[in-house]
Parts: sequence; C-alpha cells; structure tokens
Amino acid sequence: MGEAATPRATEATEATAAIATTGAATPRATELAEAAIAGDRLALARLLTAVEDRSALAEAAMRQLYPMAGRAHLVGITGPPGSGKSTLVAALIGEVRSVGRSVAVVAVDPSSPITGGALLGDRVRMQAYAGDRDVFIRSMASRGHAGGLAATTTAAAAVLDAAGFDLVLIETVGTGQSEVEVAAAADTTVVLEAPEMGDEVQAIKAGLLEVADLVVVNKGDRPGAARTAAQLRAMLVPSVGRVATERPQPKRPEVMITTASTGEGVPELLVALDRHRAAGRDEAGTGVRRSRASAQIESIVADKLGARLRAGELASLHGRLVGEVADHRLDPYTAADRLLEAATSDAP
Amino acid sequence: MTDRPLKVLIAKPGLDGHDRGAKVLARGLRDEGFEVVYTGLRQTPEMVATAALQEDVDVVGLSILSGAHMTLVPRITKLLQEQGMSDVLVTVGGIIPDVDVPVLREAGVAAVFGPGTTIASVAEFLRANARPRG
Repeated sequence: MGEAATPRATEATEATAAIATTGAATPRATELAEAAIAGDRLALARLLTAVEDRSALAEAAMRQLYPMAGRAHLVGITGPPGSGKSTLVAALIGEVRSVGRSVAVVAVDPSSPITGGALLGDRVRMQAYAGDRDVFIRSMASRGHAGGLAATTTAAAAVLDAAGFDLVLIETVGTGQSEVEVAAAADTTVVLEAPEMGDEVQAIKAGLLEVADLVVVNKGDRPGAARTAAQLRAMLVPSVGRVATERPQPKRPEVMITTASTGEGVPELLVALDRHRAAGRDEAGTGVRRSRASAQIESIVADKLGARLRAGELASLHGRLVGEVADHRLDPYTAADRLLEAATSDAP
Repeated sequence: MTDRPLKVLIAKPGLDGHDRGAKVLARGLRDEGFEVVYTGLRQTPEMVATAALQEDVDVVGLSILSGAHMTLVPRITKLLQEQGMSDVLVTVGGIIPDVDVPVLREAGVAAVFGPGTTIASVAEFLRANARPRG
C-alpha cells in the first residue's frame, strides 16, 4: 500500500511469526476474544482490526471465536452504486431493533488502487444508533480485493457472529454485473436494483441477479419502480420447458419493492429474510455453508503459501523464476510447479 | 499484511452545515493513502465516540466552524477516554481562536489546524504522531 501508511512494527513481526510457526494462542488473543464474547465492544473493534490486518493475533483469536460463531443470520446486501444499499441497511437496522434483535453491519467500500487510501462513507446514512449497544457498524476498505468484498470480510462477519449478534448485514461495494462473491459470504443474498436501470435483457444476463435470493427494487417512490419489478419478475422465472436435470438449478428469487428512505416495504423485507433463513436450514443452506468454508480455507492456504514463497530461502528461487518468466525463457506454469514443489517439500 | 493504512475518522460535531472543509480533507487524506471514515454533518459527541470505537480508528479529526468547540471537543475527548480510547489521536480543524488552543490541548487535543493548513502537512502530522496500538 506504499509509504503513505505507517506500518505497525509489532503486528508485522507477529504476522511473520505466524507464518513460521502456526501461531500458538497468545494471552492477548485469548483476553480479547473472551472480552468480545462477553460484550466488550472495544475488544470487538480491536479484534476486527486484527482480522483486517491479517495479524497473528487474529489467527489465534479465531481459534476461540470460530466455534462460537454460526448462529447469526448473515445477510449480504449488494447492488450498483447509488441504488440505496446503505440507506436500506439503515432502515433494516431500525426494523430489526424494533423487534428486539441485535444487528451488526460490515460495510465495504473500495480502496484506491493507486494510493491504497479509501473513503468509507457508509456510516453517513446509519447515524441514529449511537447509544444502542445492540447495533455495531464497521466500515472496511476492500484493500485491493476484487469481487465486491474485502478479503477479510467473511472472517470479520464470523467475529461479529461469535460476539452474539442475531443478524450480520454485509454491505458490498457498489457492484456491477459479476461481483458475486457476497453470495458465498452470506446465508441470504439481497440484490438491489434501482428503477429504470435496464430492460429485460439486463435481467436475463448471467451474473449478479443469478445469485440473488431476494431481488429488491429500491427507490419505490420513483416512477418506473413497479414496471422494473414486473420486468424482473417476468424474466427471473425458470426458463421454459426445463426438465429435471442433474445440473445446478438457478434460484427463483422473490422480487420486492422498498423505499428505504421512508421505510416503505422494509418490514416485509425482514419477513422475507426470515423466511429465506428458515427455508435454508435444509440442504441448500448446508451447501452455502460448505462453499463458504471451502472458500475461506482456500484463500488462507493461498495467503500462507504466497507468504512462504516470498520469504526465506524460497525468495531467491522465486526471484530467479520471475526473471526467467519475464524474459520468456521459462513458461509461468513450469515456474509455478517448481515453486510449489520447493514450498511443499521444505514444509515443516 | 504489514503496511496497514492509518484509519481516520473525519467528523463534524455540532450544528453548522459547513462541510466543505471536512470533505476536502477526507478526500485529500484518501489520496495520501489513509482509510478515511466520513460520518457527515450534525454529529453528537456520542455519535463521534461510538463511530471512533466501532471503527477502531487511529485518529479522530473534528471539523467545527460553529464556535461550539469549547463545549463539544472536551466532551468528545472525555467520552473517548471513558471508553478506553485515550491512545487515539484527536485533532481539530476549523475556525478556532488562538486563545482557545491551549485549553483544547489541555483537553487532550494533539493539534489544531486552522485555515490555510495544507493537506500534506496534516497527513505528515498524523503519520508522525498516531501511536501504534496493540
């Protein structure tokens, strides 16, 4: 991320140590994890920072926290920039609190690919809950990760889950057509559309709409909202003449209309979320949880392997192979095989 | 993994609606490589303190042009201390009379940035003074 940031020396050292050893539980991690579970919000906030920084502290704490997680309903909220994601999240917070449940939000905004900086502005619409300890809102910068989330968003949601929140809302960056990662991070995925964003052809393109469990046409007070919803309903029904097949089946999302700024349609949205969750305790829900677990493990393996390749004795081999591939003296597949072989053969 | 960007809360407590300066600074610090949480206008001290805690920021930057800084700022620094965040750097920007500066410093403010301060100098100050936390 460049020289703009001040590196945190101690955490950097801890992170290196974690790659070398597999990271024993530290007293500090235990203390923070226990405090966060007991309801200490500062401890929770500091754990989330450790998760975002992928520090050894977070790894150690996760050992205690992860078994406590798995009870919250994880809801992803995604959609194009300006479709009203933050406003809808704010309205949902109010609705969830009115029925006495607790709620946490992870709101992701993009990091600059040039400076590494970020402007995290989602809180602007979520101000009303400062005195309420059953609401916890956390902004995250995407830190170079594509797909609509940060690399650590799933882990952050697990920490909030372990801290006991009933509902964890995961708000993605403003997305285009194919940022579908949130579907793996959440039990229920809500895709927002604004009225008049496109014609029927937009609705039958592959991508974002396909992963929706619920499609919400927000800004329902704008002209064209009902027509947009009707078009989406018409186009999102299963294709004609399908017979039973082994191939994965597309979802059949419910299409709803909300006006987040006034709260119109928001109680119905919460009911629909609960209904989807209740339905998801079956096989489909298990599938989502398994693919989430798989994605998490693979991304951690990739991280750890990447760190190992760039450190220690492998660094020189890495550097030499990079040079050879850059000069077209070696193909990248062979280079990758050699690195993998070296990395796994000298594994402890 | 190691070069973690500093996280800064830019907040406008109080009732004045002049948020141009706060927005310019938020944008400028973004370009300096900071992660900037912007909360918008009309924040109560409680809102600022809650946001600082939940976001676990390294710096709280307050923009005040209403003249209410002598009331608002000490309340915010007190709330931050009460919630265990006395290690967070607090800075104030806006129209602050010179005579008030020592009092604000006494209340826990690390720096007061008046009109004409460059974004680069703010960024430099924050990098030099934000304390590493564990």
